[in-house]
Amino acid sequence: MGRDNVVLEAKDLKRHYAIHRGAFRQPAILKALDGATFKLERSKTLAVVGESGCGKSTLARLVTLIEEPTAGELKIQGVDIITAEEQAKRALHKKVQIIFQDPYGSLNPRQKIGMCLEEPLLVNTDMNKEQRAEKARNMLDLVGLRPEHYDRYPHMFSGGQRQRIAVARALMLNPEILVLDEPVSALDVSIQAQILNLLADLQEQFNLAYLFISHDLSVVKHIADDVMVMYLGRPIEFGSRDNIFDTPHHPYTRALLSATPVADPFREKERIMLRGELPSPIAPPPGCTFHPRCPDMTEICKGEAPGITDLDGCEVACYHPKTY
Amino acid sequence: MPLLEIKNLSVAFQTAGGMFTAVDKVSLNIDPGEIVSVVGESGSGKSVAMLALMGLLPWTAKVTADVLKFDGKDLTTISKKNLRSIIGKEMAMIFQEPMTSLNPCFTVGFQLSEALKIHFGMKRNERRERAIELLDQVGIPEPQKRLSAFPHQLSGGMNQRVMIAMAISCNPRLLIADEPTTALDVTIQAQILELLLKLQQEKQMSLVLITHDMGVVAETAERVVVQYAGQQVEKQNIKGLFTEPHHPYTAALLDSLPERAKTKKLPSILGVVPGQFDKPKGCLFAPRCKYATSLCTSTPPEPAGTDMGRALCHYPLKDGKPTNYPEQEEVA
Repeated sequence: MGRDNVVLEAKDLKRHYAIHRGAFRQPAILKALDGATFKLERSKTLAVVGESGCGKSTLARLVTLIEEPTAGELKIQGVDIITAEEQAKRALHKKVQIIFQDPYGSLNPRQKIGMCLEEPLLVNTDMNKEQRAEKARNMLDLVGLRPEHYDRYPHMFSGGQRQRIAVARALMLNPEILVLDEPVSALDVSIQAQILNLLADLQEQFNLAYLFISHDLSVVKHIADDVMVMYLGRPIEFGSRDNIFDTPHHPYTRALLSATPVADPFREKERIMLRGELPSPIAPPPGCTFHPRCPDMTEICKGEAPGITDLDGCEVACYHPKTY
Repeated sequence: MPLLEIKNLSVAFQTAGGMFTAVDKVSLNIDPGEIVSVVGESGSGKSVAMLALMGLLPWTAKVTADVLKFDGKDLTTISKKNLRSIIGKEMAMIFQEPMTSLNPCFTVGFQLSEALKIHFGMKRNERRERAIELLDQVGIPEPQKRLSAFPHQLSGGMNQRVMIAMAISCNPRLLIADEPTTALDVTIQAQILELLLKLQQEKQMSLVLITHDMGVVAETAERVVVQYAGQQVEKQNIKGLFTEPHHPYTAALLDSLPERAKTKKLPSILGVVPGQFDKPKGCLFAPRCKYATSLCTSTPPEPAGTDMGRALCHYPLKDGKPTNYPEQEEVA
C-alpha cells in the first residue's frame, strides 16, 4: 500500500454551523461534522454509514469542496485545500465529482442530456463543440445508454437511466474521486443491481476512488473495502469491511447491523434494540454522544468523550468495545 | 372464513392516453390474525390495490372486482354509510410518509381523537384518556405532553408511531401498513416493525404489510404475494419463497439482492418495468425474462397450481429450472 495511492486525506475535519435563534440570543452551534479522519485510496471504496443527521452528507459536501471545513485538514492529491491558491483549488474541483441521491431532482428538466453532459467541459476545458459532443456520446455509451439519448430531456428517462446520466456527467472531467451520496437508495432493487454493477465496472476501468455514502448496510457490504460508521457527526468505528461486518466492536455498529433486515427467513434473529432516537445535534449529550441509547453504558461514558483506540485493525471510539 | 376476501380486483385509471390498468386481477384471502406481505417494485400496483380496498382512490379510478368481502360483507354493494363504519374502524391503514400523511394544522391529539369521536361517539375527556393510552401503547414517552404537539414538532419515527396509534385507535381487525418504515432510519425501522408485530400479536389483528424490502418481508411475514406490473406473479409462504421461488421474476429479484450475491458482479434484471404504452402482449415479464420463449411473448400465462406458488408463468421454476420447457424452442 504505497502512499502514492492515497488521493484524499482528511484529518480531524470539522464543519460547524451557527444557528441564529433571534436577535438577542447567542447563536447555537450545530456540529454537523465533528472530527473525521480518514484516507481515500485509488481504486478503493470507503463507505460511510450512519443514520440521518449523522453528518454523512455534510462530509460529502466538504470533500466535494461545495463547502469549506470549519477546522481540520483536507488534502486532495497531497494539496491542502484550505491553504491552496484559488487556481490550484479550481484544478482540484475537477478531480472530485459527486453523484446525488435523487436522480429526479439532480438533473435540470429544461436541459437536454447532451447539453447537461457537455456543460462541465464548456466551463472547465477549451474543447470545441465537436470534441465536446464526441466525448458526451462516448460517455453515454460507457454508462450503458444509447447515442440517441443525447437529444432527449430528463423526463423521458426512468430513475435508473437518470442515475446513469448522473454518473456520466460526473465522469466527464475524468475525476479521480467520486462521492456517491446514496446513489441507489431511490431505486428499485432490480435497477439498484444494474447501477451497482456499473459503478463497479467504472471503478475498475478508471481506478476511481469512491466515497460511498449510504444507510443501506447490505449494499455497503457488497461494494465497500473500508467502512466508517458515524454517529452524530463523529466517526465511531473505522475498519475494513470484513472487520466491521464480522466483528463489530462499537455497540452502535452492532445495533445498526442487528437492526438491518436480512432477506433470509431462516436466520436466527438477535436484535439489539436501541431505545429512543437520535439526540439533537445542537445540544448533543455530554461524554460519549451515544450513551443515552447505549445498552452497555456506564458512568464513565457520561463524563468525557472516548478517544480512538485501535482494536484488531479497527479504530473504535468507545469505552466498552466488544472484543472477540 | 377469511376475514378479507378479494377476487379478481382490477383498478384502471382514466388517463390522457387511454385507460391504464394499474392493478390486474388481484386475488387475496386473509385469515384473522395472519400476517401477509405484498412485495413489488414501484409501479407494481401494490399500494393501489389496497387503496382501492379502502376506497381512497380518486374518481378517475375504475375499480372492478368479482368478490370484495370483508368479514362476509360485500363491500361493492354495501351502502356508503355502512362502508364508512367499516373503513377506519374495522380496517385501518398506515401510510408511507408519516410527515406528509398527518395534517400539519392540527395537533396530534386532535387528529388522534377524531376517529374516536366519529366511530364511538366518545366524550371529550374519554377521548383524551384513550388518546393518552394509545400514545403510551405505541411507545411515545410523556403522552400527555405530546397530545398538544403538532406533527412538525415530532420526528419521523414519532410521527409514524402517531399514525400507528391512529390506525389502531378503533381496534381494527385488519391493519394495512403501506411501506410503514421506508422513510425511516434502520434503528427506528426496527423499532416500528417490532411495535407492529407486538400490536398484531396482542390484538390478534390481521396485518397486510406492503413493502419493497425483501429483508423486511423475510423478518416479518408468514405469507408473501409478489406483484409485478399490476399482476400477482407468485404467492407462497415465506420460507418457500426464499428457498424455492417459482416465478422467474421472484428468482431474479432475490438474486439481485446484494446480500445474497456471491460474486462482485450482481446478477441484475435487464430493462425496466413496462409502462402504460409498452405493455407486452403476452407475459408482462417476458421482455426481461431469461427463459422467455415465443409462447411467452404472444400468450399471457395462467397461474400455476398451489404447489408451484400460483406462479404466473408458462414455465414455473422448480429447483431453479423451468418446468415443461421446450427443448428446441428458439429463445426469444
